[in-house]
Amino acid sequence: MDEIVRFQTVGLRYGMGPEVLQDLSFTLTPGSFHFLTGESGAGKSSLMRLMYLAKKPTRGSVSLFGRDIASLRHDDYPTLRRRIGVVFQEFRLLSHQTAFDNVALPLRVSGMREKEIKKHVEELLTWVGLEENMAAWPETLSGGQQQRVAIARAVIAQPRLLLADEPTGNVDDRIAARLLHLFEELNRLGTTVVIATHNKSLISSSLHPIMHLDGGRLSIEDRESEPAATVETLPRLGRL
Amino acid sequence: MALLSRRTDLPFERDDSSRYLPWLTAFMVFLASLTLAGVFALSDLASTWDKGLSETLTVQLPAGEDERTDERRAAAAIKILEAAEGVEEVTLLPPRQVRDLLKPWLGAAADASRLPLPQIIDVEIDRDGIPALATLTEQLRRAVPGAAVDDHGAWMSGFLRALRSAEAIGVLIFLLVGVATAGTIVFTTRAGLGVHREVIEVMHLTGAHDRYIAAQFAVRSMMLGLRGAAMGISSAAMVLIALGVLVEFQGFGVLPGVDLSLGAWIAVVLLLPATGLLAWLTARITVLRSLARMV
Ligand SMILES: Nc1ncnc2c1ncn2[C@@H]1O[C@H](COP(=O)(O)OP(=O)(O)OP(=O)(O)O)[C@@H](O)[C@H]1O
Ligand SMILES: [Mg+2]
Repeated sequence: MDEIVRFQTVGLRYGMGPEVLQDLSFTLTPGSFHFLTGESGAGKSSLMRLMYLAKKPTRGSVSLFGRDIASLRHDDYPTLRRRIGVVFQEFRLLSHQTAFDNVALPLRVSGMREKEIKKHVEELLTWVGLEENMAAWPETLSGGQQQRVAIARAVIAQPRLLLADEPTGNVDDRIAARLLHLFEELNRLGTTVVIATHNKSLISSSLHPIMHLDGGRLSIEDRESEPAATVETLPRLGRL
Repeated sequence: MALLSRRTDLPFERDDSSRYLPWLTAFMVFLASLTLAGVFALSDLASTWDKGLSETLTVQLPAGEDERTDERRAAAAIKILEAAEGVEEVTLLPPRQVRDLLKPWLGAAADASRLPLPQIIDVEIDRDGIPALATLTEQLRRAVPGAAVDDHGAWMSGFLRALRSAEAIGVLIFLLVGVATAGTIVFTTRAGLGVHREVIEVMHLTGAHDRYIAAQFAVRSMMLGLRGAAMGISSAAMVLIALGVLVEFQGFGVLPGVDLSLGAWIAVVLLLPATGLLAWLTARITVLRSLARMV
């Protein structure tokens, strides 16, 4: 499989509203790493929702892991979603569960044994600096701590595709850099990463290409070389 | 039990929508238990009487002036009966038993041995070769004036039919109570799905199968159902025991089949696992069907 995500002239609208995403066509290859930028309301979260199967496009086609999602049966969703880790912009931690249980959720739903779960979760929570907060309820944690729990939950099952929506919005630069390092570590192990962010210093601290949303349209800036190969084949997007 | 102590991802303990489920279930199971006991009692009664009485005739001979007359009349009647076709066995009830039979109607007076008692002859007949009743009665009347023949089968069949319809109505009520219980569980589960919508969505997005989510609802529902059923069954058992004591105390105990049979008690107790299963299955199906419509 040579593509993790493939969008073809995708459009999305909410209800009867205007199209918030228009004619999106792009491909994410395995092991790629993109930042996703755009003004507030530009549609970053909406694009993420399409990629983590919370929304279906109102037109065009979306393929994940080589499968057109229009052809998915209800039972296929869990299989695909287990390959996708998501850090939601608003975290969406389960308020009645401890940090530990929140992070354990993806492993539990996939049927892993509690003993192994304990090992993995403790290891990861320690890595993100929350070894003292494993038994804490989300509401007793600071915004930045909650964010790290959300990130830990997204990466615990070693997803093939990691989608992080503003994952560093609530942490200082030192922790942001550490989290970026975590994402890059995963990326080195083969995970395809997309990070939506406003954080300029985070973006400039590395050379990953930038997907930019403006007026519902997408452009991709490849900062290592000339515009990315995928964009060349899709002339509509060559706006940068 | 691992299944029952299993932690859940859904915050059921914060969920008010299922608070009344055990009480509603308790009430339903209470009704179901009493209905079931009633059905069993009726069925036992019907089959006892069916067997005991439909193959018998009772011949009643009026009391004579003295014992000698009684003996002579009885001998004459027995002779006629034994000769009749289709008659299998003829038994003259001893006076003691006749007195016992009459006790509910005569009370203590029945004990007075001076009271002239009619003689009663039990006649077992072969239903396939029913004796010509009219002829038999005629013969007996000629030998013993005032003799009467009761053919239980005739009025029993009407009575039995009434019993059987009462039984059928009982079964229907029982089934309706079951349907109502399932309906209650469906609505409670749907309400729960609404309450936990956000958590369910997060579970879905992390790759949970509908089965995984449904299992948690089902176990929760089963526990509530079992709790309700335990309450309902124990209240019903108390009522039934009290009723039994009352019947015994009032002296109606001679009526056959009024005491609850072991089978009836077992059936009532089996309502516990049955309710648990119903609650489990109903919740599971409800959740699976609702989630199948979600993305
Ligand atoms: N559930 C929804 N129903 C209707 N409209 C929505 C919904 N979610 C988003 N929108 C609209 O879609 C557009 C894009 O929103 P989106 O949340 O994707 O932007 P964003 O780029 O993530 O913004 P931010 O940087 O503030 O997170 C906005 O105009 C918003 O009003
Ligand atoms: Mg957003």
